[in-house]
Amino acid sequence: MKHATDNLPELVHTVVDAHRHLRGPLLVILHELQERLGYIDADVVPLLAQELNLSRADVHGVVTFYRDFRSEPAGRTTVQLCRAEACQSVGAEQLMSALEQALGVKAGQTTPDGATTLDQVFCLGNCALGPSASINGRVYGLLNRDRLVELVRAEGS
Amino acid sequence: MITRTEFAMITVYVPRDSAAVSVGADEVAVAIEREAALSGTPIRLVRNGTRGMLWLEPLVEIETPAGRVGYGPVRADRVGDLVAAGLLDGGTDGRLSEVALGTVADLPWMRDQQRLCLARVGVTDPVSPDDYVRHGGLAGLRRALAMEPADVVAEVTESGLRGRGGAGFPAGIKWKTVAQAPGAQKFVCCNADEGDSGTFADRIVMEGDPFSLLEGMAIAGYAVGASEGYIYLRSEYPDAAAVTGAAIELARTRGWLGPNILGSGFDFDIHLRIGGGAYICGEETSMLESLEGKRGMVRAKPPIPAITGLFGKPTVVNNVLTLVSVPAVLADGGKAYAAMGIDRSRGTQVFQLAGNIARGGVFETAFGISLADLVNRYGGGTRSGRPVRAVQVGGPLGAYIPGSRLDLATGYEAFDAAGAMLGHGGIVVFDDTVDMAAMARFAFEFCAEESCGKCTPCRVGSVRGAEVIDRIVGGQDPDGNLALLGDLCELMTEGSLCAMGGLTPNPVRSALLHFPEDFSPRPEETTR
Repeated sequence: MKHATDNLPELVHTVVDAHRHLRGPLLVILHELQERLGYIDADVVPLLAQELNLSRADVHGVVTFYRDFRSEPAGRTTVQLCRAEACQSVGAEQLMSALEQALGVKAGQTTPDGATTLDQVFCLGNCALGPSASINGRVYGLLNRDRLVELVRAEGS
Repeated sequence: MITRTEFAMITVYVPRDSAAVSVGADEVAVAIEREAALSGTPIRLVRNGTRGMLWLEPLVEIETPAGRVGYGPVRADRVGDLVAAGLLDGGTDGRLSEVALGTVADLPWMRDQQRLCLARVGVTDPVSPDDYVRHGGLAGLRRALAMEPADVVAEVTESGLRGRGGAGFPAGIKWKTVAQAPGAQKFVCCNADEGDSGTFADRIVMEGDPFSLLEGMAIAGYAVGASEGYIYLRSEYPDAAAVTGAAIELARTRGWLGPNILGSGFDFDIHLRIGGGAYICGEETSMLESLEGKRGMVRAKPPIPAITGLFGKPTVVNNVLTLVSVPAVLADGGKAYAAMGIDRSRGTQVFQLAGNIARGGVFETAFGISLADLVNRYGGGTRSGRPVRAVQVGGPLGAYIPGSRLDLATGYEAFDAAGAMLGHGGIVVFDDTVDMAAMARFAFEFCAEESCGKCTPCRVGSVRGAEVIDRIVGGQDPDGNLALLGDLCELMTEGSLCAMGGLTPNPVRSALLHFPEDFSPRPEETTR
């Protein structure tokens, strides 16, 4: 599991410096910060604004626009279940209900013990072998309820 | 150079494509290496792209004197038995008969295609530059660099190649606009934000033959006078990012990218950028904003990106498949390319068969093949075995076409005339259990979720649309609410800033038109 660093300003400075030379580097920087921190801490916003000479509103606007950037840490296991049309045609909605019931949370939430985050995603590009889900970054196809619950439990244990 | 031991080695192919991996290809590859070692058979394992026959994944191929023979789908826990039965010798007897497919190139699915974009996908090692050149790579770029840039543009114009991202704008005209725009700095941007459900051709090409995209972008850069290219890839495709990133590094070491490419005096480099999980960034102006490090808010057009694009500079924005078609256009000439297809839909399209389909995958052929041929003849109908009720072509913003009307020729014009759109060539099949009112509602829900929020018809209309459909199926003043829904669709079509809000009425209206019975009030929802 990833932990917030003790010295956030230094981390932000290091990451910004590594990408400062790029054109329009903010998304690249945010991706790396999230990779390192697990989420984009609210305290990161003013630091980035200062480093990049942007307004805090600009940075906040970008962070909140993109689904990828989390405002709080995800669970130890992240499940992204595809809800787009191709997966719906082979039962994705029923799969989502089943998983919500099995985990006791709704899409977009993390279980109270911090074990699993359930997210919805619109298309993983595995549309011929749906229903699909990405579990901790790995895509699984041809899922059914039992297999999905088994995979989520196995990853979370 | 082939040494004696390598010559004796058996070459085994197990795809690294993420669709194949999603059903166990990595485990199959590990099992084959283990079983080969145990049986004392030296093998060379190549992790190729997918052949596109995704229902057969994991598809294992063995190189034999008679060609590559295939086995699929192969399960990791069966590999031991299959190797014992002679898998590595290309056998077909005994236990192998369940999964043996014969020579892969001779299968009807493979034989009947015209593969230009997919020529090397599944055949080569995606990150082997030598494989790339051995299978015809760089021929287009070499020919282009020997021509005047304006002649390259003319060749692309002559080919009739149109944008494969969905809008179908002629590539040559776009390139000409950028080439003639004043300014020393110009950009080539590849839109690889393949967010439409039912589309995965960009991903398959980038994971299976990434050099072809780099080659296409270099040709575009040379033609318009740009020295820098950006690939905007969605974050949902980490495997495509890894393969394409590796290919960019390799191409630089080979002198295919960077200063003075192929000794021509032309400089061109490519940067890979990852999106943030926003569907709207597949809209070209939103993508440009995102590349600049901003919120992906759609820009009003004009000015068009060809004049005022990335960082305000003239910019070519093309889809992956458009750019991947370019090396073939240049290698064989625009005339040869234009000889394929129907009407003003020239060349080939990579169709993607998806959803509830028995044999899903990618199928590249000249425009003109009928939807029925794709869905039934090659796709084998639904996976569930039930009748095809509806087919959605062109992603979440495309129209639903009833199963009884699949005798439609695939082409921009034919689809236009039928009130549908071809989009990126994705075909999602639904069986007769689908609830079309729910699908229409989902179109609004998706639009509400993914709208950038800049214009009111899209931002507010999408939310209102879902509510109106709820009222219709809930039996609240159905006639009045149906009229309201019609008005709302018209307003969104006419008043939205971009295709997101403008095309969301497509699935809604087509569902209403072809499946009105699904919108009648439901007993369980009227008694409240």
